[in-house]
Amino acid sequence: MIDTESIANELKTALPGCGIEFVANPSPSAQSSLLIQGTDLVAVAQWLKDHSEYRFDYLSNVTGVDHLEKTIKEKVKKTQVVDGEEQEVEETVEQTIPGYLEVVYHLYSMPLRHGPLILRARTGNRSNDVALPSLTPIWRSAEFQEREIFDLYGVTFDGHPDLRRLLMWDEFEDHPMRKDYVEPDDYEYEPTPHGPVLERANAHQTPPSTDAPSETQSD
Amino acid sequence: MDEGLRGELSKHGVFTTTLEGLHNWGRRNSVWPLQFGLACCAIEMIATSMARYDLARFGAEVFRPSPRQADLMIVAGTVTKKMAPQVVRLYNQMPEPKYVIAMGACAISGGPFKQGYNVLKGIDRYLPVDVHIPGCPPRPEALIHAFMTLQRRIDAQSLTGPNRARHLRSDVDSEFPVPQFGAHDLHPPSNPKTWTPPQSVRSQ
Repeated sequence: MIDTESIANELKTALPGCGIEFVANPSPSAQSSLLIQGTDLVAVAQWLKDHSEYRFDYLSNVTGVDHLEKTIKEKVKKTQVVDGEEQEVEETVEQTIPGYLEVVYHLYSMPLRHGPLILRARTGNRSNDVALPSLTPIWRSAEFQEREIFDLYGVTFDGHPDLRRLLMWDEFEDHPMRKDYVEPDDYEYEPTPHGPVLERANAHQTPPSTDAPSETQSD
Repeated sequence: MDEGLRGELSKHGVFTTTLEGLHNWGRRNSVWPLQFGLACCAIEMIATSMARYDLARFGAEVFRPSPRQADLMIVAGTVTKKMAPQVVRLYNQMPEPKYVIAMGACAISGGPFKQGYNVLKGIDRYLPVDVHIPGCPPRPEALIHAFMTLQRRIDAQSLTGPNRARHLRSDVDSEFPVPQFGAHDLHPPSNPKTWTPPQSVRSQ
């Protein structure tokens, strides 16, 4: 097994100024990862591939993760002056974390038989700052997987030789694996739906003007 | 023709039939399928055509690699929305009379991918399907059963009258509009001539 944390420390000394952060995973799998700043991704990848002690020559998997904007509520204790007395008051502070897209790389070494080393890189946001450098010039196996992420998540990879949609057609505009994707409303309902599905099916199938009186009478 | 006379003649080695019967006998025993498969159902279709199940017994062993020579389209597998226009185009290129067997859960309804965004929820949204086979995938016996069902349907067609075969009718469509790739979905999402959404029993 490789020690991700020591690799992080070595990277920090070898490539000073690069945005490298060790992300521990406290779960039983303990698959910790390295969070790399997008601009330094190529330099880090090249170092990991060339270093004689690690030689990560095999990029087995590239995948995307969509993180929506989320608000975290935290309770903070503050001292406040209430009626001339100093009191400790709990206050909830809302913190908004902007959404971002994340790309995860799994690296293995074939000659040294170790891995995986997990790299992550994040885009600035989910709308206009979605570019990351492509790792296809370093690992050829990234080509189709980056095209798939471009297709399904909308991350654009700078330096990719042929960045087109892989699974959906070229005219398609959405990114289906994003969490706010709205799929086309073409679901075919079963003949005997019930509950909320029945409501959706009614709105879908029968004109509401003719159906409305009969609906109030039944049940 | 009188059945008694026919039987009497056959005892003397004279075979009699109708032109319609002869015509349908020839048609139903030389239905050549189009050679294409879309997913795992195609493996069962291939198995059906090989020696163990031997689709050749039904005159359908000649899988044609060109739609111009095919009579039957076996839609064997998942039809993705990206593939649907090509399937419709292949159907349009087939000469009349032509038939469609929708093989497997995906081809008849979308199957396990029905709630997905990129799988067509049944090929009958764009094409007139003659025989549907459920199953995931259907066994070769099921495909042979569907094939025999299609043969019976061909046999029941007549040369004249309202039940004429497809190629003798002018009121059936030979070509269907090929759906276009849209920004969010195929356009149109279905052909109202071949498919209408099922009405739910409870909403009436």
